[in-house]
Amino acid sequence: MSDTPRFVDRLRYSRFWPMLWKEFIQIRRDRLTLGMILVLPAAQLLLFGYAIQTDVRHLPTVVLDESRTSESRALVTTLMNSGVFDPAGEVADRATARRALDAGTANAALVIPPEYGREVAAGRTATVQMLVDAADPQTAGAAISGAQLGAQARATQIIAERVSLANPLDMRVRPLYNPAQRSAVFIVPGVIGVLLTITLTLITATAIVRERERGTLEQLIVTPIGKTSLMLGKLVPFVIVGYVQMTVVLTMGWVFFRVPIVGSLPLLYLLTIPFIIASLGVGLLISTVARSQAQAMQLSFFFMLPNILLSGYLFPRMSMPLPAQFVGLALPLTYYLKILRGLMLKGTGFADLWRPTGSLVVLAVLLFTISVRRFHKTIE
Amino acid sequence: MTAPATQGPTVVTEGLRKVFGSLVAVERLDLTINRGEVFGLLGPNGSGKTTTIRMLCGLMAPTEGRATVVGFDVEREAERVRTRIGYMSQRYGLYDDLTAYENMRFYATVYGLHGRARDERLEQHIAEMGLGERRNQLAGTLSGGWKQRLALGCATAHEPEMLFLDEPTAGVDPAARRDFWASIYALAARGTTILVTTHYMDEAERCQRLAFLSRGKLIGLGTVDEITTQFGQPTIEDVFIALQRKDEGAHA
Repeated sequence: MSDTPRFVDRLRYSRFWPMLWKEFIQIRRDRLTLGMILVLPAAQLLLFGYAIQTDVRHLPTVVLDESRTSESRALVTTLMNSGVFDPAGEVADRATARRALDAGTANAALVIPPEYGREVAAGRTATVQMLVDAADPQTAGAAISGAQLGAQARATQIIAERVSLANPLDMRVRPLYNPAQRSAVFIVPGVIGVLLTITLTLITATAIVRERERGTLEQLIVTPIGKTSLMLGKLVPFVIVGYVQMTVVLTMGWVFFRVPIVGSLPLLYLLTIPFIIASLGVGLLISTVARSQAQAMQLSFFFMLPNILLSGYLFPRMSMPLPAQFVGLALPLTYYLKILRGLMLKGTGFADLWRPTGSLVVLAVLLFTISVRRFHKTIE
Repeated sequence: MTAPATQGPTVVTEGLRKVFGSLVAVERLDLTINRGEVFGLLGPNGSGKTTTIRMLCGLMAPTEGRATVVGFDVEREAERVRTRIGYMSQRYGLYDDLTAYENMRFYATVYGLHGRARDERLEQHIAEMGLGERRNQLAGTLSGGWKQRLALGCATAHEPEMLFLDEPTAGVDPAARRDFWASIYALAARGTTILVTTHYMDEAERCQRLAFLSRGKLIGLGTVDEITTQFGQPTIEDVFIALQRKDEGAHA
């Protein structure tokens, strides 16, 4: 007799299957888990895709034009055309402008003094003022750079008109990969990474801790199931769930936000494997430390926080202080985000992704080995 | 029922000992339980009953000594032991979000039953256990008595040679307890060996033989009559109370 039928039989009668079957029934019946699996991808995507706009535009701006000349009107037009500022009406005096900022009806106030037109006409340096609500640094940054760029643009026009010479320097910036600079394009790949982290750490950890809490883990250890079948039966369902979530987000990202997948889709699914293993490692590790489902939940959130803040999901890692960057290096999501964004937005091939992939594989092997050891110890 | 692995006793322990740090939970226990016997393990809380059961089920490694269950060494041949025993813990080990039938199907499959054979066996088992009317109810919504019956069903669908019951009737009403014991006797009549720990003295008196544990030590072994005679007390309950007093006195 050959070995093949024996292997098929062993696979067919493996005690892994009843675990898988049971786990899927439990996922289907547990409203909280089911909600997290089904609603979370959609909610995260729409929330981060639509609500979180890291590009600040359309700041309501009041204008106090005391010059009332064609020159001053040209300046206002140049600034408003940048898209950073939106006209929020004219005001008659500085006090009114200040009140609009205080009340929050305007984020910026443009003040053009009476002598502006005369100074420009006389070829002297004219002064204008922009008052900015800098309570929110991100808004302030956008307003400040918008004001400076707008003023420079207008200044160049004025010089060109005066000396009727061609512009000596023309800097043409071409935004690549996300030409319209939409946040959704940046965020959607990240949503996949964050969702997988939640499913594979939080949901997996609580599912394992629940077995311990309810006494079913002890019951299982007395059965002939074996450690490997027990562990795989517990982990594999969430890997399947993770891949389904990923596919849903990819599809929704394309349908709702036109987020492209420039690179190879099979490669994306393939390079997700080390990330899945690393995240399962964290989930398993949490399950060996937590004594209750509530603790597992808390520990998972504690792990989620640096993932969201330090991995580069929302904020660029380059602008973080060094210690924060080092913490980010220990998070699987940091590397996975590079793979996701590279593949989806730039069409990067494996040749340029081996660095983050390599780091991810190292993290995966490390985390999974440690946690499997710990897990086996706890069930002995 | 599968043929027993050996003709000899179902459980044999020789100098079985378990130590947690400085606490001796079980002190050199020598026990022999025969095939088809309903054997009771008695003693106050902390006397080592549960630790003994856990060592015999392979949940815990003994510090010293050895034990064989259904003819196999519990440490070196744990896999062989596991397929031939059933275990019902104080906490029942049921999945609340699975129905009664799904719980039984799950455990039966984990114990190696498959396909038609499994389904037929389950139908027969459900009828025997009287679980038919609750088969599609979620285990979490069952009352204590039904949960207990289901847990016994899950532990016995694969027809184990040896059944371990760790305080199986704690917190269950008298009628359910009577039904439960009827099932135990039915299993024993078919050759299943049963080891049960209990707090209830009327249950202790239903066992064919008893072992009394006190602070990890075996201090009495035999039938109900033998033990009451040995301790000079009228009933098992009196023996129990006398032992507990002695224990408390020793602690004070």
